[in-house]
Amino acid sequence: MLGFTIRRLLQAMIVMLVVALLSFTLFRFVGDPVNQMVGVDTSIADREALRERLGLNDPMPVQFWRFISNAVQLDFGTSYQFKQPVSDLFARRIPATLELSFMSAIFALAVGVPMGIYAGLNRESAISKLFLSLSLIGISLPTFFIGILLIFLFSVTLQWLPSFGRGDVVQIGSWWTTGLLTVSGLKALVLPSITLGLYQMTLIMRLIRAEMLEVIRTDYIKFARARGLPDRIVHFRHALKNTLVPVVTITGLQLGSIIAFATITETVFQWPGMGLMFLQAVQEVDIPIMAAYLMLTAFLFVAINFCVDILYFFIDPRLRVGR
Amino acid sequence: MKKTCLALASAVMLGAFATTPSSAETLKFAFQGTLNQVDPYSLNETFTLSSLGNVYEGLTRRNGELEIEPALAESWEVVEPNRWRFHLRKGVKFHNGNDFTAEDVVFSANRVRSEGSDLKTRIDPKTTVEVVDDYTVDFVLPGPNPILHYEWDTWYIMDKDWTEEHDAVSVTSASDTTPNYAALHANGTGPFKLESHEVGVKTTYTKNDDWWDTATHNLDTVEFTPIGSDATRVAALLSGELDLVYPIPVQDIKRVESNPDTSALTGPELRTIFLGMDQMRPELLYSDVKGKNPFQDVRVRKAVYQAIDIEGIVKKIMRNLAEPSALMISPFLYSRSDEFKRHPYDPDASKALLKEAGYEDGFSVGMDCPNDRYVNDEAICQAVASMLARVGIKVDLNAQPKAKYFAKVLASNGYDTSFYLLGWTPSSFDSWNVLANMLACRDEKGNGGAFNLGGYCNEKVDALMAEVLVENDPEKRDALIAEAFTIVHEEVGSIPLHQQGLAWGVSNKVDVVQRADNQFLFRFVTKN
Repeated sequence: MLGFTIRRLLQAMIVMLVVALLSFTLFRFVGDPVNQMVGVDTSIADREALRERLGLNDPMPVQFWRFISNAVQLDFGTSYQFKQPVSDLFARRIPATLELSFMSAIFALAVGVPMGIYAGLNRESAISKLFLSLSLIGISLPTFFIGILLIFLFSVTLQWLPSFGRGDVVQIGSWWTTGLLTVSGLKALVLPSITLGLYQMTLIMRLIRAEMLEVIRTDYIKFARARGLPDRIVHFRHALKNTLVPVVTITGLQLGSIIAFATITETVFQWPGMGLMFLQAVQEVDIPIMAAYLMLTAFLFVAINFCVDILYFFIDPRLRVGR
Repeated sequence: MKKTCLALASAVMLGAFATTPSSAETLKFAFQGTLNQVDPYSLNETFTLSSLGNVYEGLTRRNGELEIEPALAESWEVVEPNRWRFHLRKGVKFHNGNDFTAEDVVFSANRVRSEGSDLKTRIDPKTTVEVVDDYTVDFVLPGPNPILHYEWDTWYIMDKDWTEEHDAVSVTSASDTTPNYAALHANGTGPFKLESHEVGVKTTYTKNDDWWDTATHNLDTVEFTPIGSDATRVAALLSGELDLVYPIPVQDIKRVESNPDTSALTGPELRTIFLGMDQMRPELLYSDVKGKNPFQDVRVRKAVYQAIDIEGIVKKIMRNLAEPSALMISPFLYSRSDEFKRHPYDPDASKALLKEAGYEDGFSVGMDCPNDRYVNDEAICQAVASMLARVGIKVDLNAQPKAKYFAKVLASNGYDTSFYLLGWTPSSFDSWNVLANMLACRDEKGNGGAFNLGGYCNEKVDALMAEVLVENDPEKRDALIAEAFTIVHEEVGSIPLHQQGLAWGVSNKVDVVQRADNQFLFRFVTKN
């Protein structure tokens, strides 16, 4: 067990290093940060001096070493654009992204699971077919398009929900802000959560439907029916329970990608989270923010995978026997 | 009876008027970019300076028509050719209650020229600032400068005591590693106070009740949100969540107009969009012509000029939100602009010129173009490429994001371009800036006309430019400028295309002055 954990940890560290190296190599192709940091009248000599001070003239390995040695101390430097420490900027943006991600995960589960169950139990009904075609839209339409569509329907035409931002937020503790406690904050969450969660919702719905169809055919369901159990118990206690195992795994893994890929949704709804900041940073070549974001995302995936691996170790006895 | 009625009515009216101010007016607006930090000297960029212009003030300011007005200085005079005297306004207080005095002007003059400032061009380093008394300041210049104060409307005066107290004397430089107090807090003399500033999320301003000038606006608070996505920005206006958004894409102007509660406010901007050609290298970097540089031949440059159907570009691509331009400067900024006419669009003349120059079969050239910097920049380049194809010049277009584009074509990369599209607004609102940056000779490193990417060079123009710099008589000065511009026009040193237009989306509840320099100042706003 200990050896297994240590090996996994080492692998995780190597993955992080590779991500750092890859992203660092990429930055050279994004453009020149200096021209984004100064006004047009700034002299060429001043621009050169700035480049020198930022250490952009140093050889790549030197810059990389500097980045790594600072990053292990959780120091990601100062944003070129905002002149504030990147870690502070992220700390202020994390609540927005996490809140949005969890709300969209809840949306995906709350809508996807019942739809999946219904479609699994009533294969031939018209509503099931409607659900299936709707889910096709969710999978095939790009996120930004869905977002803009929702904005034009619910904000511009019906004027029910806000088209951008988080609404009023409430400060909890020293750094957490939440929109869950105000009316405008809750309203502001609706459209972005749906946009972000739509893909996951369709995924969960299709997964549950398929699993349900599979399980319904099994012998123990037939036996349960033969025992004269009511449909409700057969469906929910026997069938649903057994479909949930893969769903839980997938949902857990998807949560990571929801957080990491909230960028597009955040941009469309001007949601002040990490993803929006990252996309702005790409446009302005704000390397410290880009680097920190990529490392954070990589860390998230590595951490989730690590946990899943460890969980498997407990769930699957065969893994333990082999060692 | 009638009298009582009148009295009653007037009492009611008075009451109505008296209650108007108590209903707090909030203006909510969005811009496509963010306000990165609030130190008035760390970024020389329109939106930053425009936002801070609500909080801070300069010795001078500009009104809605961009004319210079007294602000923190009540008046000024040129006492000797090299000595300007500014009489400061008395009784002005900073937002923290400190008095505004000559000390603050001297302090600000030193800070704006210090290491890390991005506004060093506001005052020449050789200029000395002398305090005559608490409310009089002399600027002693190294030589005459008729446009000394042209850019001073955005040289904001800071409070010496406040800045020193918060240890923010050194400017937040672009490479600083620790945040500076002045980058996150502001203390000016202007009509609005910076209430809160959450970078990239929201900035709020409140009215300064102790402002020295009579407020013509009726706002109590202003909320700014950056919204990067064009569609969302327009949607937020249409849904009534915001009172003003800018810029709006030209293709959305109709939509905003057709909505009963909003309208599009359009007008000319000071920015000139133009094409430049590498005339410096003996052989173009990106071309199939070897051993010589076709752009060194004035006939080829003129052929390119005459092959471009500017009316078509303005109509089809800019949807009429642009004005064809014959000069490298906006007609608002130069009194004799109307004397200049574009070389006419004439593909046949263009072909004849190419034939004369020995390029009957045309040639190919690589073109650099940004795709997220100016209004429809990439579409303009594509149109130019297809127009040039008609006269036989094959253009290989390389359109890329501004971060990559500028990294490629500017001095830092050795002016790596043969043919490019660029836009320029003279920050001093004056022709000399255009001549010096865009049309003066330069060497390979960029000494001279640093943004003259194509390296156009005519010593006559350089000589005229030097004269323009020190000529104090406006009429003679304009004549010298006209002479220089005539040479550039005849030689086709560059190809001006158009003055880009401004498009703001405004709620019908809001009255606002749109300044041609794209500055949005709250003091010009009324909301009802």
